[in-house]
Amino acid sequence: MDSRKIALAILGICQYAWAQSPNYRVGRAPTPEEIRAWDIAISPTGKELPQGHGTAKEGADLFRSKGCAGCHGASGSGGHAPTLIKSDGHAAAMTCLAPCVNDSNAMAIHSPFATTIWDYINRGMPLGKEGSLKPDEVYALTAYILFKNNVVKEDEVLDAQNLPKVKMPNANGFALPPAWKHGTPRLQGYP
Amino acid sequence: MRDPMDSKKPNRRGFLKNGAALAGLAASQKAAKGQTQGMPPKKIDELIAYGERSRFVNSIRIPVAERHSPDEFGLTFHVLTPLQDSSGIITPSSLFYTATHRGSYVPDIDPKTHRLMIHGMVDRPLIFTLDELKRLPYESRIHFIECLGNRARPTHKTVQETHGLTSCAEWTGVPLPLLLKEAGVQSGASWIVAEGSEEVKGASSIPLAKAMDDCMVVYAMNGEPLRPQQGFPLRLMVPGFEGIYQIKYLRRIKLVDRYYMTYDDYGHINPDPKVAALTHEIGPKSVITYPSGEHKLSGPGFYEISGLAWSGTGAIKSVEVSTDGGATWKNADLRSPSLPMAHTRFGLHWNWNGQECMLMSRCTDTLGSVQPTRAEVAKYWKQPLNENFRVPGADNSVQPWRVAADGSVHNGLA
Repeated sequence: MDSRKIALAILGICQYAWAQSPNYRVGRAPTPEEIRAWDIAISPTGKELPQGHGTAKEGADLFRSKGCAGCHGASGSGGHAPTLIKSDGHAAAMTCLAPCVNDSNAMAIHSPFATTIWDYINRGMPLGKEGSLKPDEVYALTAYILFKNNVVKEDEVLDAQNLPKVKMPNANGFALPPAWKHGTPRLQGYP
Repeated sequence: MRDPMDSKKPNRRGFLKNGAALAGLAASQKAAKGQTQGMPPKKIDELIAYGERSRFVNSIRIPVAERHSPDEFGLTFHVLTPLQDSSGIITPSSLFYTATHRGSYVPDIDPKTHRLMIHGMVDRPLIFTLDELKRLPYESRIHFIECLGNRARPTHKTVQETHGLTSCAEWTGVPLPLLLKEAGVQSGASWIVAEGSEEVKGASSIPLAKAMDDCMVVYAMNGEPLRPQQGFPLRLMVPGFEGIYQIKYLRRIKLVDRYYMTYDDYGHINPDPKVAALTHEIGPKSVITYPSGEHKLSGPGFYEISGLAWSGTGAIKSVEVSTDGGATWKNADLRSPSLPMAHTRFGLHWNWNGQECMLMSRCTDTLGSVQPTRAEVAKYWKQPLNENFRVPGADNSVQPWRVAADGSVHNGLA
């Protein structure tokens, strides 16, 4: 092995060591692909949203073809699974799952951010095939339930840029807990 | 036929003493078969390998009645621990309560393929194998986990139904601050998003201050690897926070600059900041486990009242017990170590006079917070106290048990 090869080998080891944790020298740096594959929690700013787009019309077809209707009801309510589309009292959920989801708190109405709906469908649907939907399909299904609850228009094309900007009915309807601090009661003055 | 008190038992001892055990595997298996009185022959190997409790002990978990498991989809969600039979402060792993996302009741994760990634607002994104995490400095701590759905109702009969969504175990793992320092937290980060690897990749936003305080990434529980129902091979411990934050099958921690309102956060939406403050950590809480609903006192005389107390914001400082429906309170004795965010066992000597009475307990934690009665909570929220009153946030209200003159014990909320 000539000196150049040795130098390169040492450099290689150093790079590897740098990628490990600094104090205990364990682990390694994930590749950008590894991060991208797992980085599925969507911020309200939408910065993790992948490229893609979809409309309520496309979502209506997917709602049937992906089996959503089987659990959530053909009209998005009245099934075993939580109500997705308000029925204005025409249908009640067959069983009230906990937390109880009905007309008043269907996700499109209750969620402060449209990104949360995208996140929820993307990681959690459909039942038994979670994580199998393509980004375009998730945009379309999100558009569909937002449209059916009168939040967006039927022909509106949702994508990574405009989804975070959708004006949600419950945008101001949630409170964050107070900043957590060691050794502090949950709520001052609470019995 | 299966009576273990059978007179054959001493014979086995004599048999072994005579050295006949050395006569070979076949002979000892035959002898063992003769001694187990009807058990399948191969079972003895299992009993040698991993012990079982006595067949006379039959305390079991049950599903939550209001959200039955399995549900309409055949999925298992919430299973209650039998607190009425509990002793001490450790919940056996087999009896630990479970609450799951849909299909994650019996996940089958190969620990060799499992990874934990830490990324986001860090100087050095890192990915660890389980073996690598086990090389790092570790701690063992005793902590309870309680589900926010642990809420007594008048229809509940037993303490398993009223309070069975809390359990306590010894957990072993790597302190999260150590891992986060290895990754190098960048300024501006204020939350972490922790995520599991089960079918829905359940995820929660957790304050960074809490993550840097006492959270742990645990791989062991009660002296053995985590059980699959408890997150095998890796779980996040967020001591004192409600159960959903204790992310099972942990695969990822992302450092972020805001609350993400992701999958599990969605269930916490509440417009009132006061309720929000009561929805994440468990307040000081206690319950008498003996005597409790459906127990039966055999007659007047001496009994030891026994129960559990815990708090999400510290250790238990004191527990008081009332035998007269809250008119007077006596200090109970703490019968176990009182550890931060852990079940603490309390007891009180009691001579029952045979008359109907109402038993209650209330605790105070090291911050001085006192467990409230439902009446006190209703008064705080200026709401009428009736059986429909629902304690906002985590329900840590006092649980009454009514002892009838015949010794039968009933839910005092009924």
